[in-house]
Amino acid sequence: MSEKENTPAAAPAKGEVPVSRERARQGRRKVLRTILLTGGVLGSGLSGYLPLVYARTNRLRPPGALDEKDFLSSCIKCGQCVQVCPVNAIKLADLIDGFGVGVPYIDARAQACDFSCDAVQCILACPTGSLTYHKPDFLPVREGAALSQKPTLIAKMNDPEPTLNMTERMGVARLTRPESCLAMKGEGFKGQARGPDFKGTMRYIKVDRWKPIPVADHPYDLPLCDLCMRECPIAGAISLEKFTGPDGKTRARPIVHENCVGCGVCEMICPTEPASITIIPREVWKS
Amino acid sequence: MSKLLTRRFIDQIKVMFGKEPAKPAEISPAAQKIHFYKKNNRDEIAELKHRRAHEKPSHKWRNRRWATLIFANLLFVFSYWLDIQVLEGALTASRFVGFHMADLNSALQVMLAHKHIITNLLIGTATVLLLWALLGGRTFCSWVCPYHLVAEWAEKIHLYLAKKKLVTDQPIDRRLRSVFWIVFALLAVVTGYTVFEAISPTGILSRALIYGAGLSLLWVVALLVFEVFFSRRAWCRYACPIGLTYGVVGIISPVRIKYKLEGCFHEGDCRKVCLVPHVLDTVIKGRAVEPEVPLGPDCTRCGLCVDACPTGSLSFEVKGLSKLL
Repeated sequence: MSEKENTPAAAPAKGEVPVSRERARQGRRKVLRTILLTGGVLGSGLSGYLPLVYARTNRLRPPGALDEKDFLSSCIKCGQCVQVCPVNAIKLADLIDGFGVGVPYIDARAQACDFSCDAVQCILACPTGSLTYHKPDFLPVREGAALSQKPTLIAKMNDPEPTLNMTERMGVARLTRPESCLAMKGEGFKGQARGPDFKGTMRYIKVDRWKPIPVADHPYDLPLCDLCMRECPIAGAISLEKFTGPDGKTRARPIVHENCVGCGVCEMICPTEPASITIIPREVWKS
Repeated sequence: MSKLLTRRFIDQIKVMFGKEPAKPAEISPAAQKIHFYKKNNRDEIAELKHRRAHEKPSHKWRNRRWATLIFANLLFVFSYWLDIQVLEGALTASRFVGFHMADLNSALQVMLAHKHIITNLLIGTATVLLLWALLGGRTFCSWVCPYHLVAEWAEKIHLYLAKKKLVTDQPIDRRLRSVFWIVFALLAVVTGYTVFEAISPTGILSRALIYGAGLSLLWVVALLVFEVFFSRRAWCRYACPIGLTYGVVGIISPVRIKYKLEGCFHEGDCRKVCLVPHVLDTVIKGRAVEPEVPLGPDCTRCGLCVDACPTGSLSFEVKGLSKLL
């Protein structure tokens, strides 16, 4: 490229006589190219609205996340929360999430947050307050989103401080497919909860309090399936209500209580395909 | 600083925001003397030019810079992969052995969109501001930004194709970058989303390196294709608001490239390799206002011109340090 080409042609400014027809044409072209680049960049930027318009994504966010709109505006997309999670529950969203690209979420079915870290490390790691222990005063708390008390972690029951520093729930667990629930059918469960190929990990207190192990390495043998209640990390969040079915068999109905924080362990461990119990992200508690 | 250099300093700030560099209205007597001497000694210049034609090009600064850039980005990657925890996070925000760091432009976008600033973010922003104020503002671009490196490789392809006359560089109005800066700042305030962060190739590439590739890399590829076939280094030159943010920081930075008029042949090799040739307008024959002129704040301190200059007329300088030593 010669020196001359490098010198940008003078844009036809106000009160300036174009030097020649060629230069004027170059100037016009430059203006067109400038408009092209402007359109391209702004178009791409604003295309981030599309997934929001179509409302295609309803992600479960990590513990302590602000409400969705505030969460998207305050997240700096650095992934420090991803790095501290001992079970790699947190992932960063891709292009299809629009403005949510690079923003953390949890796919509970694949890997739920089981609070193996004991102390919601992701909140501690967040540099912008997108994940926060205490919401600033000017941000409202949706009705039913606040937890009535700090959730007690079963794994920490015997510690001097057994609670998690969480003030709002991530969502609420719901028995969305009662017809497929093994307990509701009065059936037991034997084997690996999610099959031998499942990659998800979880902390089993009886195995090792400090080291999560693959769910596939921890098979079960249960006369009546109670996995959601059995593995729920929060005290008093799920119970089973036994009842007798029309066939005289003992059955059980999983009941989700107000203590539920929406971590997703029940959804991950549920052995039916698809899961009978799921987390509704950002759902509030309705009594 | 002489009055002429002060005038040029202010002019170079305007050039950073998009003004075209112009011929200086006044040149100091000392510089005039050198300009005049060169005019009358063409033979000497021809002889030196000949000697220079046989010189091997140096890649000293480029190699140092690439090594630094790759090291910095690998530090992010390994901190996570190997859990060495030196530099956790991504380029948008991180912790360096526990100390908060936040990219200035990302932090600004978040502050404007969220309209609430927490202490950690403020600490991170202040740390990074101080760091790059010391190290030279846009030094971030050429010494750390991963997009800069891939864009440099794309530029090589572009220049090869241009040599074969298959493509021509289509310049775009440089004022566009300032417009983008304002537009993205306004968009953040008005929409409440960090719109620019969704398309920032720096953030996208940094996250792709650390957390794995995704579809968003397609946008980076699209930018590179645009740069290869249409407009040389278009993103960094005409669009990227990060560059302008760090450029503003560079105004007060002591690290810069210094131009010495005396040995220069005005061949323009430096301008050919430069990402921001408008900062090198001073090397054009008859433009230098003083015998020594520092380059403007839009300079990325990449050192390509220092490598390209056959006469050593361009060199790195730390303002005040030379006086101190």
